[in-house]
Parts: sequence; C-alpha cells; structure tokens
Amino acid sequence: MSAVAQTESALPMRRRSVTRRKAVDLLIKVLSWIGAWFGIAVMAFIVWEVVVRGAAALNWDFFTKSTPQDFTASAGAGMANAIVGTLVITGFAAAIGIPIGFLAGVYLAEFGRNGRLATSVRMIANVVMGVPSIIVGVFAFAIMVRPVGHYSGIAGAVALAFIMLPVMARTTEDILNLVPNELRESALAMGVPRWKVTLGVICKAARGGLITGATLAIVRVAGETAPLLFTALSSPYWLTGLFGPGGFFGGPTANLTKTIYDFAGSPYPYLQELAWGGALVIIIAVLGMNVLVRLVFQRGKKW
Amino acid sequence: MVGTKVEEPTQMTSEATVVPPRLEVAEDRRGGDEDFDSLPSQISVRGLDFFYGKEQALFSNDIEIKQNRVTAVIGPSGCGKSTHIRTYNRIFNLYRDQRAKGEIMMDGENILSSQTDLLDLRRRVGMIFQKPSPFPMTVFDNVAYGLRQHYKLSRSELSDRVEHALKRSAIWDEVKNKLSEPGNALSGGQQQRLCIARAIAAEPEVLLMDEPCSAIDPVATAKIEELVLDLKSRYTIVLVTHNMQQAARVSDYTAFFFQGYIVEFGPTTQIFSNPAQKQTEEYITGRFG
Repeated sequence: MSAVAQTESALPMRRRSVTRRKAVDLLIKVLSWIGAWFGIAVMAFIVWEVVVRGAAALNWDFFTKSTPQDFTASAGAGMANAIVGTLVITGFAAAIGIPIGFLAGVYLAEFGRNGRLATSVRMIANVVMGVPSIIVGVFAFAIMVRPVGHYSGIAGAVALAFIMLPVMARTTEDILNLVPNELRESALAMGVPRWKVTLGVICKAARGGLITGATLAIVRVAGETAPLLFTALSSPYWLTGLFGPGGFFGGPTANLTKTIYDFAGSPYPYLQELAWGGALVIIIAVLGMNVLVRLVFQRGKKW
Repeated sequence: MVGTKVEEPTQMTSEATVVPPRLEVAEDRRGGDEDFDSLPSQISVRGLDFFYGKEQALFSNDIEIKQNRVTAVIGPSGCGKSTHIRTYNRIFNLYRDQRAKGEIMMDGENILSSQTDLLDLRRRVGMIFQKPSPFPMTVFDNVAYGLRQHYKLSRSELSDRVEHALKRSAIWDEVKNKLSEPGNALSGGQQQRLCIARAIAAEPEVLLMDEPCSAIDPVATAKIEELVLDLKSRYTIVLVTHNMQQAARVSDYTAFFFQGYIVEFGPTTQIFSNPAQKQTEEYITGRFG
C-alpha cells in the first residue's frame, strides 16, 4: 500500500484556479440570498395586504355577531359563529388526531423500529401526508356524510384529524429518535419496564419537541378549506349544541375557511370585507401559535 | 463495537523496540495474595458467545467475577469489552438483532434463560454508562427513580435513602441545596456521580461501569476512582476501561480482551507485572491498542 502511495505523491500536480472557485462561491451566495428574500417578500406582501384590508372589518360586531343571513346587508353582522365553529371543529380534530398520531409515533420510534409492520406504517404515513386534502374531504364525505345523509361538523373534524394523523405520527417518531440512546439504555438498566421508560423518561425528555409537533399539526389543519367542503359545509347560524339539526353532530357547521371562500367569491362588498377580516383572524391565529410554540420549545430545551 | 479489526499483534513485535516502563500497581490490591478459588463468585460466565446479527463478537468467554472485588476489563477498541458486560444485565435485549449464547450464572440461575425476569435482574445489576445521562427530572427524582420502581417506601424513608445514596456517591455536599434542580444542570463529573447514586440507591448486588470516566475531566475521574474503591465493600464491581493506569489503580482482578476472546484473566498485580500471554504484555506496555 505504501509503495503505490509514494509513486503517486511523487508526481507533480497542477493547481486548480482559485479565482473560478471564488466566483462560483459568490454566485451561489448571491442566488441563495435572492431566494431567501424572495420568499420573505412574498410572505410580507400577503400579510401586509391581509392586514390592511382585514383590519377595517375587525370590530366588536365581527367577534360577537353571526354571519349575515341577508346577503345584501351592509352592516351589523360578524363572523363569530364561524370562529366558534372553526375552534370546535379543530378542537375535535386535535382530540382525535393527536393522541392516535402520538401513539403511532411512539410505536414507530420505540417498539416497531425496523420491523415489518413499522416499515409499512411509516411508508403509508408518508404517502398519506402527500394526499391532496380535497381527497381526504371526499373520503370523509363517504364515511361520515353519506351513511347518515347529512353534513356535520364532526365529519369535518374527522377529515382534519385524518390529515393530522400521519403528520403527528411522523413528527413524534422523528422527535423521539432525537433522544439519545444512552438515556433509553440507562433508564432500562434501572429495571424499569419499557412503557414507563418511554412515557416517564423518553417522552419527558422530548416534551418540548412533542408539544411543538402537536401544535404545528393543529396549525397545519386550522387553515384547511378543501376537507370541509363536503363535510362541515357551512352555515349562517350558531352551533346550537352537540346534537340536533343545528348541532355539531347533526348538521352543517359554520367555519372560517369555508365562509371566507364563500364570501370572497360573492359580489357583495360587505361580505368581501368580512372575508378579509376572517383571513386576518386566521393568519394572526396561525402565526401566533407558531410564535407561541417556539417560545414553549425554547423553554422546554433546558431539560 | 464490532468490525474494528486490530492488527495482529504478532506482526508488530519485530517493529517495537522501546519498552515503556511497567505500570505501578498499588500495594493494597488484594488480587495477588488471596486464594481466588475460595472466594465466592458473584457471576460465573461459561462459554459465552455473542452475535450482532450474523457477526460474532464474543467467542466462548469464561470468567469468574468475584464478590466484593473490582474486576477490570481492558483491551483495545472493538475487542468486545462493552459487549461482554452488557450481557450481565441483558441490556442488549433492547436491540432485536443482538443475541447471546452460553451461560452466565448468578445466584444459581442462568440469567440468559428466557425465564429470567429482566426487571428484577436489572435491579440486582446496576449499570453506569460512558456518557452521564441524567433523566429529565430533578436531582432528587433521578435518585428516587429506581427506588420508587422497586420498593414501597414512605416519603421520609425515600428521602433518607436518596440522601444516603448521594452521600455514598460522594456528591451530597455538592447537591444538597440543588435537590429540586434539574439533573442535567450539574457538571459532567457531578452528573456521572449522580448516575452512580441513582444506580446504587436501589441496592444492586453488582455495579457495571462501562468506561465511566471517559467523558469527564481528570479531577472528576479521581473522585470516581476513589468512589469505586469505597463501593467495593458493598458491591461487586465490573469496570470497563480504556485507561490502563485506572485498571491498575482500582482493580483486584483484570481480564484482557482481544478480538472477542478473553486472552488472559487474573489478579491485577500479576497481569500488570508478569502477564502470561505475549498479547497481554504488548497491550499493557503500549505496543498496540
């Protein structure tokens, strides 16, 4: 081995141009700088436009009164019923999707690992994450709306939960995989059963990341419209409770995104104004949750 | 652990010319003077083979770990030291493709048997790892973790036991005012002693230490070595180390591992002053490894 290395190193070597490499370096730097600022500029433009147009619509009525039943109205209505509806639908979706997704993620990271079942679950989760949300809406329509013969808020929540599920499972898995193996081994070496180690040590060590993951999964679906088109539909009324025609399980449920979709496409300026207001509320909520999560995660890191 | 092949030592003898001075073995090591066979064994290993998937990492290991003695396990990287002691508490069972064959007798039972209760085995055999790994909880809860798992204790009994374990681990004075602070707010050396406290709190019989000092500074290392000498009156200690001075300083018996075989095992005084095997001599004099 040493003989070969010696003959090679004895040959004279031609130097490569430094100028060229420096030029390429600069080019890449400039291109990535442009790319970064382009992204920020688009984002800033959207937020600016929504803030300017939406702020005018936000007033006391907006947060306390329901959407107008008379489309030609020009004042005295709000989006309160849609805001409540979105909160309830998203809440139910989180209550279904997060625990199941979390447990699936725990299975993938701690128990299944590279087993056959875990490998197929992981692959399916990756595929489902890429399924267009309108397809999920149609799926929820088929299992939740067709059989009972009417739209309902819960059907929307199930559709959203279905979108959250793989996101939550994969995030949980990724975060648990970041926990160093030494921690797992040293907790098991104490003679503590696996489930206790997983919940009491591993998940506790990863809890900042898990909370972030769950919140991002909620944020991910909070702004979805397509899955609600065939499920929760929309309604100009307040939720009257859980059951009955006006209830969450019994009939169409008002929600922000579908209402924005309807009002933005309408020819009435007042409705369009309400739609801008709704868009602003969603953007603030989503950005706010993102920021909140980052704060929580920073605090969680200490452990 | 596997795969790192060390060059055959026989090929290296002709090249090495300078022989470094032999390591000093402390006077009070008992290994040399006592009658090995009459001492009670804590663990008797016979014909232990170990596999990572299809690759065999340990080959028919035989060794007697004596009660209340420190047994050092030395050898070059990848020789199977850690793999060997990781069979004593069956922590390798965490990984599906790892498998051990043979006999590891402890209290009259073969712990490799499928009947062995792993939770109870691990209560009896505590382990300290290379990297200090405090659990994500307070200093107090770290030490109480194993206690709560294995014993029913009243609140005052629990805190007495925690205090006692921290005192035995020579860390009480440093943490007595920090009991409700997170365990990983401590320094590296303190964290490792916290891990020792955590392991001894549950009253194990054996303490496995897998290179416990390799991630901490010399001052903390000295403290832990002192601790090892102190703890052996109560526990049987198996210490894997890369540091031969450490093996010479704290152990009564030493096993030299090479490529998955136990090449030599005997009193530390003998291994370091008059090894029977050529490979052992070359390793301890620093000609390879």
